[in-house]
Amino acid sequence: MAATQKEIVDGLAEIVNEIAGIPVEDVQLDKSFTDDLDVDSLSMVEVVVAAEERFDVKIPDDDVKNLKTVGDATEYILKHQS
Amino acid sequence: MAKIRAAKGAPYARIMGVGGYRPTRVVPNEVILERIDSSDEWIRSRSGIATRHWANDEETVSAMSVEAAGKAIADAGISPEQVGAVVVSTVSHFAQTPAVATEIADKVGTRKAAAFDISAGCAGFGYGLTLAKGMIVEGSAEYVLVIGVERLSDLTDLDDRSTAFLFGDGAGAVVVGPATEPHIGPSVWGSEGDKSETIKQTLPWTDYRVGDVAHIPLNARGEVKFPALTQEGQAVFRWAVYEMAKVAQQALDAAGISAADLDVFIPHQANMRIIDSMVKTLKLPEHVTVARDVEHTGNTSAASIPLAMERLLATGEAKSGDTALVIGFGAGLVYAATVVTLP
Repeated sequence: MAATQKEIVDGLAEIVNEIAGIPVEDVQLDKSFTDDLDVDSLSMVEVVVAAEERFDVKIPDDDVKNLKTVGDATEYILKHQS
Repeated sequence: MAKIRAAKGAPYARIMGVGGYRPTRVVPNEVILERIDSSDEWIRSRSGIATRHWANDEETVSAMSVEAAGKAIADAGISPEQVGAVVVSTVSHFAQTPAVATEIADKVGTRKAAAFDISAGCAGFGYGLTLAKGMIVEGSAEYVLVIGVERLSDLTDLDDRSTAFLFGDGAGAVVVGPATEPHIGPSVWGSEGDKSETIKQTLPWTDYRVGDVAHIPLNARGEVKFPALTQEGQAVFRWAVYEMAKVAQQALDAAGISAADLDVFIPHQANMRIIDSMVKTLKLPEHVTVARDVEHTGNTSAASIPLAMERLLATGEAKSGDTALVIGFGAGLVYAATVVTLP
């Protein structure tokens, strides 16, 4: 069953916490991965791969650069999850 | 039909000795920062690199190779005359022909050994090792010198803040010889040419011919920009960590070695972040020693695995007889992984 917006944000928060050590409560829709959450470009790849597995979605390299905020990623997953 | 007699090779092959050469000039991040807007902390956090070696005019591809090869031959306990073939992997020898391997074979003191260059980027060491093993088992050479050598400082755009700090120079060599038991596992190797744009040289040399002068790029100071290595960082990272972890696992499986049996992991020294993530993805047990030579050597492409191997053995972090997983990966894209017994 497809994940809801809340489930995706919660899942991303757990992933970002695991990879970058950011407190889960800091991971909000309006937060920028690089500017607010200290997720650099390489950690972003790890976040994306973990999100792909968790939400059964494919996020090609060309699309990764468009995912600036947690909201961008959530929207992308909502739209592309199978 | 006349019957042709085949050569008689050894049953198996093994790495018998290793040697390295690191250029005398050590370049800290501060020197890199003279040309790019960055910081030591940023470079270290993105790459794990603190220093790298850059070759001077005397430290040519040939000269560095001869030094490394001499050490490998001495380590193997053979004489140079016994070397039957010299395989040199490099992407930074800037004379197209003849192959630099022939000059190296001569200067090392081989007796007219077969000698040729290969171009397989950062997988070059594994490609060379695979060829050497084949030659020894087939019988066309008893001992083969495999050299990975680069002067990547010549292919680095020092004004590019995403790559200026990555690359270094050096040579690493091994002697591969006959064995009565398998000491080099099956090679898991291949290429993915559909991703050839992911890591590449900015421009072909032919673009620099007079007549194409309008296309020659200049830097901010009006100087001609030499061709340089460029890469799509995120795509390379994803491929290197996740796809190469699968290849590494295949090499373990092919050799019948479990992660628990493994003593040492020597991945291509591209970037500490790739190494850390590969170790995590492969779920290597704590007891496995991981090569982290990139911190003080940078990315030396084909030279990185033998250089890292040499340092682990020299420092005592690894010992002769240890079982090591080696994997190279890079421009092509190409890759080669195998399990070996350390010399």
